[in-house]
Formats: sequence, structure tokens, C-alpha cells
Amino acid sequence: MVWSLQAIAAIAGALVLLIAAFLIGETLPVLQKVGFLPFFTDPAWNPTEALYNLAPMLWGTLFAAAGSVLLATPLGILSAMFCQYYAPAGIALLYRRLIELLAGIPSVVYGFWGLVTLVPLIGRLHPPGPSLLAGMLILTMMILPTVALTADASFAKVPPAYLQGAASLGLSRWGTIWGVVIPAAKSGLLTGVILETGRALGETMAILMVCGNVVQTPQSIFDPIRTLTANIALEMAYALGDHRSALFVSGLILMGLVTALVIVADAIAPEENHG
Amino acid sequence: MAKPLQRSSPSRSPWLDRLSAFGVWSVALIITAIFAWIMGDILWRGAGQISWDFLTLPPQNAGRDGGIGPILVSTGLILVVCLSVSLPLGLGTAVFLSEFTAADNGFGRLVRRSLDILSGVPSIVFGLFGYTFFAQTLGLGFSILSGGLTLACMVLPILIRSAEEGFRAVPADYRLSAASLGLSRTATLWHLLLPAAVPGIVVGLVLGIGRAIAETAALIFTSGYVDRMPTSLLDSGRALSVHIFDLSMNVPGGDAPAYGSALVLVVLLILLNGAANWIGRRLSFQSGFHWR
Amino acid sequence: MTTLYPKFETSPTSQHPDSSSPFICTEQLSLYYGPQPAFEQVNLAIPAGQITSLVGPSGCGKSSFLTCLNRLTDLISNCRVTGRIRLGNLDVLDAKTDTTALRRRVGMILQKPNPFPLSIWRNLAFPLREHGVRDRAQIDEIVETALQDVGLWDEVKDRLKAPAQSLSGGQQQRLCIARALALQPEALLMDEPCSALDPISSGIVEDLIAGLRSRYTILVVTHNLAQARRIADNVALFWLQQNSGRLIETGSVQEIFEAPKSSITAAYINGVRG
Ligand SMILES: Nc1ncnc2c1ncn2[C@@H]1O[C@H](COP(=O)(O)OP(=O)(O)OP(=O)(O)O)[C@@H](O)[C@H]1O
Ligand SMILES: [Mg+2]
Repeated sequence: MVWSLQAIAAIAGALVLLIAAFLIGETLPVLQKVGFLPFFTDPAWNPTEALYNLAPMLWGTLFAAAGSVLLATPLGILSAMFCQYYAPAGIALLYRRLIELLAGIPSVVYGFWGLVTLVPLIGRLHPPGPSLLAGMLILTMMILPTVALTADASFAKVPPAYLQGAASLGLSRWGTIWGVVIPAAKSGLLTGVILETGRALGETMAILMVCGNVVQTPQSIFDPIRTLTANIALEMAYALGDHRSALFVSGLILMGLVTALVIVADAIAPEENHG
Repeated sequence: MAKPLQRSSPSRSPWLDRLSAFGVWSVALIITAIFAWIMGDILWRGAGQISWDFLTLPPQNAGRDGGIGPILVSTGLILVVCLSVSLPLGLGTAVFLSEFTAADNGFGRLVRRSLDILSGVPSIVFGLFGYTFFAQTLGLGFSILSGGLTLACMVLPILIRSAEEGFRAVPADYRLSAASLGLSRTATLWHLLLPAAVPGIVVGLVLGIGRAIAETAALIFTSGYVDRMPTSLLDSGRALSVHIFDLSMNVPGGDAPAYGSALVLVVLLILLNGAANWIGRRLSFQSGFHWR
Repeated sequence: MTTLYPKFETSPTSQHPDSSSPFICTEQLSLYYGPQPAFEQVNLAIPAGQITSLVGPSGCGKSSFLTCLNRLTDLISNCRVTGRIRLGNLDVLDAKTDTTALRRRVGMILQKPNPFPLSIWRNLAFPLREHGVRDRAQIDEIVETALQDVGLWDEVKDRLKAPAQSLSGGQQQRLCIARALALQPEALLMDEPCSALDPISSGIVEDLIAGLRSRYTILVVTHNLAQARRIADNVALFWLQQNSGRLIETGSVQEIFEAPKSSITAAYINGVRG
């Protein structure tokens, strides 16, 4: 009994290793041939001519993620404050439900909506339309629930005695939140930010649908970009040999980034993650 | 007697407090408005598409005409494959982690840590893995089986996390009492812990289903694009989300059926979300619940 | 099924009470949570068929002592027990001892009533089934006897299929006692069985325990000295010394309450009186 359960748990635990092993295995051909450096120093991404510069797409990924995290973090934390400290109970409940629904909307639906609504709007403002900006905005909507829900949960864990103490000192509501609640909930908020960053880095479909997918380092937020994830989705279907291998390199980079984030999140809030 | 405080300037709190309240309320309003915009748009332009024919007929003309019948079937089959693998695996792991390992157990910690990482792995990476492992190495090809198995890896951490919470919600005294009645661990598990953890397990199940039917990137290279009615699990089958992606990106004039499909998908997810909430509420009132 | 322990009797014959010999006997028993001792070097003989009351301040290891006796300590990961426990002629701490059989012989009641989230009837029937009683008629008979023993039969006989959680706190605690009795144990370990109950229910459970005297060997932890005096035949006092529990004094109720040998016992008895 115990042994069979332990075997099952071992399988579940080893999945991550299996995935990593397969990714690494698939990257070996190209890594052995050209090494790791050309992925950042080659003049261009042109895998059919053995040019593998991933840097523009890495920048695309990082810019889109950074922009959306910068937007979604304050919005999400303010949303959580709204639920906990501003809204009447009934409205807070409804709003929380709404955030949960936002979290449940599939990325392909966000992408589709962005493609038919947001992109034309941006196109009218500043052509062409499919752009880093569109990607950042859509990503913001997608990762906002992650921050909002984790922030909400960590605000809920702040001991009520702190709030009573602050109130009895005559602190204002904002004074209490800024001076007492945020410091007390800091590690939970940070975990939320890290988790949303992970989601933003890994998002594929929505980004693919609204960003235009031009391989270039963006000079402005109105430039079309291509992210690492979108690149995999676009080229995997026909990639062969070293080209295919190069796509796995970008998959490995993504996995490495996200793993680092998860480890940091675990280190910050061990009790938050395992209850 | 203490002297009254000497203030160099009037307290800033009142206007800062009012400003922040205004800010918080406007953020909430803006997000609600955007949500309403997205939902309204999909409902408005999708509702016209929905009909019995749309839900049952096969797609024609690359999806511009006809319906989504085979696509719903494929989606369902992928889900069945996904759950029939991930549920036993997830439950077994959750039972092991919550009932058979101490909190400070090294192996348990290792498994938890690796599940945390698994839950953060981007879905496109799952797609890459599923493609090389299930489709190529195991030779399952582009098939519903490949897609379902890939999704199973993806939803596993969600299932395990919720099921563990379900087990943890069972009061420790039950375990002590059961042991002091001389009940075996197996009997305690089957007759007491598992039934008591059902709400948590179901919440995990619903969340997992939600994640699975929303997924696109992991399915493009595993279950594939074929929009015919599948005749076996080794057939390629197009999932609903892949259909929406294909219609909006690759099919000029496919927006209308894409709206219809998106509406179907969103309605499914809202129903699932409601179910998870309802069961979650029952979970928190656990002391009052009872079966048989 | 294993036949290591006695078969179920539908009408239990009145068992052993040979009150001169101890039923449970500990020798140099110590228990550690990690490096920290909960109690050390306890030598205690618990006479058969009598009620022995375990008293002492909070944290002196009374609950821990009870959990050794039916090896519930096996469930606690960082817990280590040394010394010897003899139950009849069974070596309790021996690794080869069948804990399932042991726990059937030694029932346990926890402080907070905790019926399983099952029906009243199934709360008793489920453990019986697990111990190999399959015959429905026999189960029904044992259930009825056990419920009658705790005075619950008349209160619940019309709603045996109702959730056990629908009972009052006192009824739930009596149900838990019936659940233990249904397995026809020889001894009962009770950890503050009345302290989570209102005064009236507490009184009912107390009378019930007194009524079980001579049919079972009973060890009951209580913080209520008046209660110990009312129901117990013997009293054992635990005390915290150098951060670990010690057995200070044992004796009959009269000896402990009227002529305590140890000054600690005297102070404890009087402290509560004063
Ligand atoms: N599972 C455990 N792990 C570590 N230490 C424990 C554990 N259970 C009890 N202890 C410690 O062992 C000591 C004795 O605890 P125990 O519960 O046996 O005392 P007690 O006499 O029953 O107290 P009370 O009258 O309050 O119930 C205490 O210091 C307690 O903190
Ligand atoms: Mg105790």
C-alpha cells in the first residue's frame, strides 16, 4: 500500500525531470554543433541558414512580460484592497467572483478578443496595430487575476488585531493599509508578483494572436514583436533538424526562467505554498 | 499633563484617504468595465451563431459553415483521457503526501517542490514535451491520446494541490480515533478519509477540467488540427480552443463561427467555475456535512 | 481474519475482574518527542476492573502516557518510547505485537467527541465490519447492546440512520464510548472525556463511566479533582519536574485525598480546594 503510493508519488514528482530530460535531449544536436553562444550573437534568426539569434524574441518576451507585470501588479493589488477594505460585503463577493471568472477565461479567447477588438483600435491610434502594446494589454488582463487573488488571500491572513490596533491609534484607512497591511502581507504580495511573472513569460496563444510576430527587437511599444513562445508555436509545425532543435533551446530557456521564479517564490513563502 | 502635539502642517490624511478610495474604486470599475466589454462582445456576437445545428453538425468550408459537433466530441475525448490518467495518479500522490509522509519528510518535500515547478511550466513547453514523448517516442502520433496525456501532466499539480487540501481539512482526531479502534490504514483511508476529502477532490477536478478545456498551446502539436469526427483515440482530434485559434488566425471570414465557439467555451468555463465555487463553499462548512 | 484476539461474543460475559492483579503495568516507561522528554521513568500498575484516574497539571504528559498504552504513538513521526508495558502477558512495545489486535483490546476516548461523519449506526458497525464481524444480525445485536450500555439506545433507536453529527455534544461523546465498547475491549483509556461537555452532559458521562466499573479496566485523565474523587478507585499524580513529566504518587482515592505522602500531592489537592 505505502509502497505503491510512494511509487505513484515518485512518478508525479519525476515528471518535471522527464520533461527537462526530453527538452535537453532534443537540444543536444544543435548545441553540440554550434554551442550556446550563437543563440545570442548570430546576426539574425534564420534557422534555414543556420542563424539562430534568439535575442530579439527573448527581448520580446521580456518586454511584454515586464510591461504587463508593471500594469497588472498595481491593478491587482488595488483590486484586492477593494475586496478586503473598500467594497461592501456583497459587492466584494461579486467582484471576487468576477476576478475568478477572468482567471478562467481561456487565453485563446483573450487572444481572439484582442485580435478583433483591441488590435484594430490600436491600429487606428498608431498603425500597424498588432504590437507589443496589444500584447502587454492582453497579458495584463490575463495575469491580473493571479496577483489579485494571491493578494486577496494574503490580505485576508493579516491578523484583525493589527487593524484594530491601527484603528485605535486613529489611523486613516489608507494610512492603515499603507503602514500596516502592506508590510504584514509583503511576502504574499511578492509571491503573487512572481507567479504572475511566470504566467506572463509562458503565455503563448494570446500573444501569438495580437503581437504581429515580426522577429525584431522593438523600438517602441507600437512595434510588432515575436516572443519565444509564439516562435515555437509558429515554427514547430514545419521545423526539421537543427531548426527544430533550436526551438527546443528556446523551450529550455523558458523552462529555466520559470523554474528559477518558482524556486524564488518557494523560498520567499514556504508556508504560503504548502499551507 | 502632556502638551498637545505641535503640528507644523494640517494632517494630510483626509485628502490622501479620499484620493486613495477614489483610486481603488475606479480600478475596480475599470476592470469590471473591461470584463463586461469582453463578455458582452462575445455574448453579443456569439449568441447569433448558437443553434442546435451549430452544436451538432461537422464544420464545413474550413469551419466557416457547418458547426462544431466533432470538435465537441474530440474535446470531450481528450478530457476523458486526461482525467482517467491524472485522477488516479493525482489522488495517489495526494494521499501519499498528506497521509503517509510527515511535513518534514525529505522525499515528500522533493515531490512537492517538483510539482510546484511543474505547475509553472508554460503550456507550450508541455506541447513540446508531449510532441516528442507521446507523439514521437511512444509512437502515438498526432492523436487524442497524445493530447489527453499531455494535458494530464499539465493538470496533475492542480489536482494534487486541491486533493491534499481536502485531506488536510479532515480533522486529525478522526485518524487518531480510527487508529485507536484498531482500524487499518487502508480501511481508514477508504471509509473515512477519502469520503471526507471528496469536496476538495471535486474542486480540484473541476479546476483541472477548466484548465484542460481552456488549453490550446499544448494541444496544437499533440492532438492536432483534424476536424473530422474521431473514430478512435489514435485519431487526431481538434479541441474547441484550437478551433477558435484556427478560425481567427488561419481562416479569413472565420470570425463569426469563432465567436460562436468562443461563447460555447466561455459558457462551459463559467459553469465549471460556478460548480467549483459551490463545492468549495461546502468544503468550508465541512463540519456540517454528511453522507449516507 | 486473524484470530489473535478473542472472538466476538454477542452477549459479553462479565470479564476478568480479578482486582488484585494489575491489568496494565509499565516499567521505566519514558516518552520523547524528538530530544524533548514528555515523561520519564514511569512505573505504574493499573489494577484490573477498577477505575484509575490520572491527574496533574497541563503539559505533564498525561495524554502522551495514554497514547503509549495502545501504541497510538506509532502514528507520531518524531516520537520515541522506551521502557516496558505489559498488558496481561502481552509485551505492548514489542515490534512484533499486532497493534490492530492490541487496539481492539484497549479502547480509547478522546477529549472532543468525534463521531465519524457517518450515520449513528454505521459509526458502530463500520469498525465491527473491519474487525471481521460480517453477520448483519450479530452487528445489530452488538450495536444495540453497546448503545444500551451507554444509555443512548432509547434516545436514538428510532433514528439510527441519522447523521451522528446531529446528536448533542454529550450524546456524541456517549456514542464514541459505545463505539469503543462495541469492539468488546478489556480496557478503556479516556482523555478528559467530560471536559468538552456542558455540566449536565458531563454528569451523565461521568455516571456512565462509574457504571462501567468492574466490567472494564479504566484509565481516565481528568483535571477535575472532585470528579476523580467521585468515580476513581485509584489516583496517579503526574508532575512536571525539570521540564519532563514524572509519576509522583499513586494510591487509592482515600490515600491520595486524605493522607497524601508527597508534599506535592498535598499542595496540588489543597491548591484546588483553596
Ligand atoms: N506530537 C507532539 N510533538 C511534540 N511535542 C508534543 C506532542 N504532543 C505533546 N507534546 C508535548 O509533550 C508534553 C506533554 O504533553 P501532553 O499532551 O501529554 O500533556 P497533558 O498532561 O496531556 O496536558 P493537558 O492536561 O494540557 O492535556 C507537552 O510539553 C507537549 O507540548
Ligand atoms: Mg492532554
